[in-house]
Amino acid sequence: MSATREGREERVLGIIETARAKRPRFKDAHITMSHGAGGKATQSLIEGLFLPAFQSESLRELGDAGAVEADGTKLAMTTDTFVVKPTVFPGGTIGELAVNGTVNDLAAAGARPLALTVSLVLEEGLSADDLRVQVDAIAGAARAADVQIVAGDTKVVERGFCDSMYVCTTGIGVRDPRADMSTGALKPGDRVLVSGPVGDHGTAIMLARDEFEIESQIESDTCSLWPASDALMESAGSSLRCMRDATRGGVATVLNELARASEVAIVAREADVPIKPAVAGASELLGIDPLYVANEGRMVAFVAPEAAEAAVAALKSVPGCEEAADIGEVKTEPPGMVLIETAFGGKRVMDLLAGDPLPRIC
Amino acid sequence: MRFVDEFRDAELGRVVAGEILATVDPSRHYKVMEVCGGHTHAIYKYAIDDLLPENVELVHGPGCPVCVIPMGRVDDGIALAQQEGVIFTCFGDMLRVPGSNGSFLDAKAEGADIRMVYSPLDALRLAKTNPDRQVIFFAIGFETTAPSTALTLMRAKAEGIENFTVMCNHVTIVPPLRALLDSPDLRLDGFIGPGHVCTVVGARPFEFIPADYDKPLVVSGFEPLDVLQSVQMILLQLAEDRREVENQYTRVVPYEGNLKALEVLSEVFELRPHFEWRGLGFISQSALKLSEAYADLDAEERFGVPGVRVADPKACQCGEVLKGVIKPWECKVFGTACTPERPIGTCMVSPEGACAAYYNYGRLSQEREAV
Repeated sequence: MSATREGREERVLGIIETARAKRPRFKDAHITMSHGAGGKATQSLIEGLFLPAFQSESLRELGDAGAVEADGTKLAMTTDTFVVKPTVFPGGTIGELAVNGTVNDLAAAGARPLALTVSLVLEEGLSADDLRVQVDAIAGAARAADVQIVAGDTKVVERGFCDSMYVCTTGIGVRDPRADMSTGALKPGDRVLVSGPVGDHGTAIMLARDEFEIESQIESDTCSLWPASDALMESAGSSLRCMRDATRGGVATVLNELARASEVAIVAREADVPIKPAVAGASELLGIDPLYVANEGRMVAFVAPEAAEAAVAALKSVPGCEEAADIGEVKTEPPGMVLIETAFGGKRVMDLLAGDPLPRIC
Repeated sequence: MRFVDEFRDAELGRVVAGEILATVDPSRHYKVMEVCGGHTHAIYKYAIDDLLPENVELVHGPGCPVCVIPMGRVDDGIALAQQEGVIFTCFGDMLRVPGSNGSFLDAKAEGADIRMVYSPLDALRLAKTNPDRQVIFFAIGFETTAPSTALTLMRAKAEGIENFTVMCNHVTIVPPLRALLDSPDLRLDGFIGPGHVCTVVGARPFEFIPADYDKPLVVSGFEPLDVLQSVQMILLQLAEDRREVENQYTRVVPYEGNLKALEVLSEVFELRPHFEWRGLGFISQSALKLSEAYADLDAEERFGVPGVRVADPKACQCGEVLKGVIKPWECKVFGTACTPERPIGTCMVSPEGACAAYYNYGRLSQEREAV
């Protein structure tokens, strides 16, 4: 390739990066499934419509939970709605997800979960037994995560207006004094940790939907991440830059969001990312990259290099996090971008998904 | 993962890369076209370019099933999907391909019952479970996917399922290759042959490439080592002054193809006299339609479609990209007006499209290496 041609490619790429760094605008005429997929369309909805409308300092941080202060007490608040189909799947239920999802958003924000509210939208005709199963699951998960359910609401809609049941939980927690985290705090040299194998939850749901006729033993990883959060804060203290619960959009989306927020580059090493063989196999068949697949019990943590080794060890001592790993590093250039070193030896961009119409997974 | 990891071995990759370096003539430039979008995707996903010498250039070809669908066909599909009582089904990446007035995904948001399926058999199953609805499957793809559509149609006919039809957009790979080779725009030195098409049609249909056009073709698998080895085999042919069809993908591709699949194809389909390809225009005998015996399962026959030809958007250079004449980034709208989230051209939609692959994976040049 000639030098001038390379120069032109360089210029074109520069223009694209400038366009990409601009705040996304929401210009669509309708909501499509892409807006819920956690990729670029979701980003345009949040940053192009919600943020400008709500004008909240805490919201602008785009953390997993928002910061609230009451008479000097530092609190965190978050909410999440669950529409997963099917409502019972290998390794979990919509009820467990609803509790753990909100607990984990608090835990990722460095807040000890205190209390939850639970709202149910039920479809006319839902069997009482199915409802009982979910209520028991909610109670069990709340006990396991040591949170109280302090308020709730029930709505019933006509048959066909919701798909058996939707669950919305809102949670409040106390921000831990050990935590000094922000999405903008990543510095070159920081390490990227994951608390266990990635892609289990999304893969389990996709296979449970029976659309592929693949039989597998893959189970959702849904669990409370407070113990992992606690261990990381205890081990790394102020060297812990940020934590993220890698739900919809998976680890790749978390890395992209943080690279943008901190204006740094992140380089992940494909070979170091823990993935269960069954998940790797199913993803291979389905043409899906497990790094983009949702998790419901996996933390991504960014730690200063000197604290990384101890943080991985601390994570590994938490039940369920035995396979925690250091999977990458924060770099300076190119800012806002995530790269991955492929196991084959090349390096490529790992961008936000452009909104694939994924099935409902949470 | 067994049978996969072996073909992604970085150590072996470096060995083959070394062999390639030893084979090339440093004084000349090589242009090798990967015909199939699956290869384009693999090349970017594994950054195979990084392992090739600078004077070996990979050029992306026309073999991406979604990329070659013209806007008029999307409009026709949407017109079918909007009819009362229809459940319209297609593969996931087809949903985002823009027609002249939005994509299937937009039509779905506006109320059409459009569903993503993973196999034509899923569409047939929908027809069985929704006997009061008309289920249409929007079939796309080269000879690779055509047999599964054919088998589904045979089953529908055998089981007498009357509410199932197919809107057929299956295309064949040889005519566009011939058109490409006849066009003066492009000087190519060899072809990485479409491995999965060849599992069906075999390697023989490509013998015209060495015979009539004096260029090598190597049928290739889709793992990174497969692609590297195929490049090496092409370069070796050139170095030894041979021009042949060779089969690198012997673990899957029989030279004569899959005779059963070919039989099924010839029963269910016949060649269309001509078909419009996105950016390439009309190419004669380049696509399939349902044969006389299956005409009653043809959605176009049963419901009728507007069939209006829509010119490609002016700014869009998908045609040149599909022909390998320009690189994705050389298109005027690449990455600015046309992005994966708001595509103008089809090449930006499918993960197999050259533009989407380059945008998602390759958009990083050597000088901006991470530091």
